[in-house]
Amino acid sequence: MSFSWAKPYEPKHPVMRWLDERLPLPRVIYGAIGGGYPVPRNLNYWWNFGVLAGIFLTIQILTGIVLAMHYTASTDGAFNSVNQLIMRDVNAGWLLRYAHMNGASFFFLVVYIHIFRGLYYGSYKAPRELVWMLGLVIYLLMMATAFMGYVLPWGQMSYWGAQVITNFFSAIPVIGEPLRIWVLGGYAPDEAALTRFFSLHYLLPFIIAAVVILHIWALHIPGSGNPTGVDVKDERDTLPFHPYYTAKDGWFAAAFLLFYVIVTYFLPNYLGSPDNYTPANPLATPAEIVPEWYLLPFYAILRSFTADFILPAKLWGVLAMFSSILLLFFLPWIDKSPVRSGTYRPLFKRFFWLLVIDVLVLGWVGGSPVKPLTVAVGQIAAAYYFLHFLVILPLVSRFETPLPLPMSITESVLHGSEAEVAPAPKTQRRAKSATAAAE
Amino acid sequence: MATKAQSAEGPAVTGGDGEGEGLRRRDYLKVGAVAFAGVGAVVAIAPLFVQMAPSADVLALSTTEVDISKIQPGSGIKAQWRKQPVFIRNLTPKEIAEADAVPLSELRDPQTLEERTLPGHKNWLITLGVCTHLGCVPLGIGEGENRGKYGGYFCPCHGSQYDTAARIRQGPAPKNLFVPDYTFTTPTTVLIGSKGKK
Amino acid sequence: MVRFIGFLIGLVFAGVLLIAFIGNLASYFSSPPEPLAADEFHLPPKEVHFSSDGPFGTFDKRQLQRGFQVFSEVCSACHSLKLVSFRDLKGLGYNDAEIKKIASDWKVETPTINPDTGEPSTRKSLPSDTIPPPFPNEVAARAANNNALPPDLSLITKAREGGAHYVYSILTGFQNQPAALLKKFPDAKTPPNLHYNPYFANLNIAMPPPLTTDGQVQYQDGTKPTVDQMAKDVAAFLVWTAQPELQRRHDAGLAVTFFLLIATILAYLAKQQIWHEAHRSVRIAGPLEPGNQVKTRRAKSKAGVAG
Repeated sequence: MSFSWAKPYEPKHPVMRWLDERLPLPRVIYGAIGGGYPVPRNLNYWWNFGVLAGIFLTIQILTGIVLAMHYTASTDGAFNSVNQLIMRDVNAGWLLRYAHMNGASFFFLVVYIHIFRGLYYGSYKAPRELVWMLGLVIYLLMMATAFMGYVLPWGQMSYWGAQVITNFFSAIPVIGEPLRIWVLGGYAPDEAALTRFFSLHYLLPFIIAAVVILHIWALHIPGSGNPTGVDVKDERDTLPFHPYYTAKDGWFAAAFLLFYVIVTYFLPNYLGSPDNYTPANPLATPAEIVPEWYLLPFYAILRSFTADFILPAKLWGVLAMFSSILLLFFLPWIDKSPVRSGTYRPLFKRFFWLLVIDVLVLGWVGGSPVKPLTVAVGQIAAAYYFLHFLVILPLVSRFETPLPLPMSITESVLHGSEAEVAPAPKTQRRAKSATAAAE
Repeated sequence: MATKAQSAEGPAVTGGDGEGEGLRRRDYLKVGAVAFAGVGAVVAIAPLFVQMAPSADVLALSTTEVDISKIQPGSGIKAQWRKQPVFIRNLTPKEIAEADAVPLSELRDPQTLEERTLPGHKNWLITLGVCTHLGCVPLGIGEGENRGKYGGYFCPCHGSQYDTAARIRQGPAPKNLFVPDYTFTTPTTVLIGSKGKK
Repeated sequence: MVRFIGFLIGLVFAGVLLIAFIGNLASYFSSPPEPLAADEFHLPPKEVHFSSDGPFGTFDKRQLQRGFQVFSEVCSACHSLKLVSFRDLKGLGYNDAEIKKIASDWKVETPTINPDTGEPSTRKSLPSDTIPPPFPNEVAARAANNNALPPDLSLITKAREGGAHYVYSILTGFQNQPAALLKKFPDAKTPPNLHYNPYFANLNIAMPPPLTTDGQVQYQDGTKPTVDQMAKDVAAFLVWTAQPELQRRHDAGLAVTFFLLIATILAYLAKQQIWHEAHRSVRIAGPLEPGNQVKTRRAKSKAGVAG
């Protein structure tokens, strides 16, 4: 931790001193989320979602472990172990199952808000590029975990979702089909696929937890960002994480969990597909194969590629779908504006909101039946997605005139971010280099 | 990753405005909020433990009904109750007399045959078929099986010998074969696992 | 370099999408998709109210018992209820003796092995058994039903969009195929082994109307067994089979929601208290002190404004 004024860990209790001399775990925690971690004082509520994601990871792991005590990972036992044993006979089984099912949705909701916070406030920029990339790794692991988890109840959507997603592999030329068969352990999703998905679904969350620790560690080297994007300059700019942000995170977590609990207890199947309450039938495809809502935008991008052009349409779809996430790894180098926060980038801000709308439209397209006009809308939205990151952002970051930045966080807190800076009509380029120098 | 149960971090990470003055009036709100959240956390964690208790389908098999009409005096059957073997034996008058003749002082686990059967059904000996030493299934219930020196049951694992009332007489087992709750729902059916209606 | 390659990739994807877009619209306008009879004549589920609807939904046990009676006397001839055990019927308000009788009287017996010969056999059901299906497997079920498979009904109200409303609509929705449909789609005449029902996705369902006359079932509690009433009762029963925990779930949900509401308020007040002290304790001994502000302004105008 590079802040000189961070409160040092000074255990008073003799037992804590004994422990500190032998294993400095409490010291590490104190410096990470205790009174010893200085945090910018001006964080807004968009900064609450990281901790919230950690809470939902914990909820998923705890409910998942106890569900696994009753689940049968076999094609003839899985559906009944979930819908008969767990939902009817296991004490509080229905609660644990619905909590786990909806916990996954809320985990993704929280992570999406967290990611979009990063996009808006430039959290991916230097020196936090690795925090961003580790976050994307977590996201990819989450998608794999969620996909495999959805297969486990072995309902119609479980089976056909597995069919569709493993069919992506066969789009790869030459090695595609052998790769698909290797992943499945067979020619179609069956016993082998189910058991290995169960094993990996149990494993991956712990790998996610490990990457989360790296993600937080990488963040704590430069310290947290803040809504102005201006670096911390001195002690007045920060507050110790405990009690200020433990209190702020605490109350907001209670409010968000209230939302989660209302869905789990009163609308437990709202976000899901009724087809998954029908046992898997390899001989009958459901009317519409739809993944869970958090995968819909990618599903829309995949289905938008309907024309062959040198490569077959199916391969374009798969390439585009994976690229849509992989391009995010390069964002710190695509968007080179020295101004971090969208608050001070008016042109960038407008395109940001266009992106949000675009992703929501893609989600809607992904969940709709395949009709020519809907597909057309999806094609436009998919095109915008790629153009936004790969064409628009580099141009915007090169040619926009940012608003003047506050001198420090403290100033922006005490006066509001507009007040303490005089207007700057002509000297923008010098302002930019002054900003870069001040960083 | 601060979890909702903030009280867990209490000792190591005290911060804020604790100046060692003891609780001031305005601290009660913070203490109250944390305590309330703590209670919530405990209630939220409870299902994680409750789910391990036997589920409804297991509890449904906690009683088993057995038809004993075909068991002749001097023979017995091995039935199943709670996924364990149960010996149901129809004792002959000779076996009953043998059991009654044993002085209690000779028994490691003193019990009379009366105590181990239901009144009016002294000839029906119903015990778990699980040796009280380390859990093997003793021999003696089936036709031609070794019944040991005392004419009851014999456990081949470590040599425990039970008498006609299934009481331990010799060998390492500490207790007599366990007698479960049971009741006669009709003269020829017995419900194991329940004492019957009160 | 990264940006240059990214730029090209972006243009390539957008370009391929443009080609797909043009092709898509071209084929749409040149040969617009044919309207389907189902699109035009399919009806959403009827408006009806069940006591289990909504966040405060509860079960009416008497209705559930009537629904169970309809199921056992009419539907169970073809439909299984494999996930429900006889002991679960306690939730309908039956006592142990009644459940034992329902189980042993059930017309289909539980498959078992004859303990003397080892041959497959059947025995009377116990409360701990699941309700035996009318057909032992899919092949037998199809053979008896013109190659159609009557689905298991345990989860049907969760497995269909519209839940109990859908089930009720199907049961009361059998009708003659409207002339308008035949006029517009002359090829869409209902095939001989199917039955027209506009509430079913593709309009023609293999199930013949199961509830045809009032009084098909005699209710013990005196409720008039009209077709409409029987359909409502069995639909309500099927909500229970799919969600036996519904009422308990709503009760617990209310308690937890209330608790979290209070916890949120308490936690928010605590947060405000902690932060109030922070706002007050910011020392005004830095850039905002008047003397410093003059210095700062001068420095700013020298170097250019921002930063």
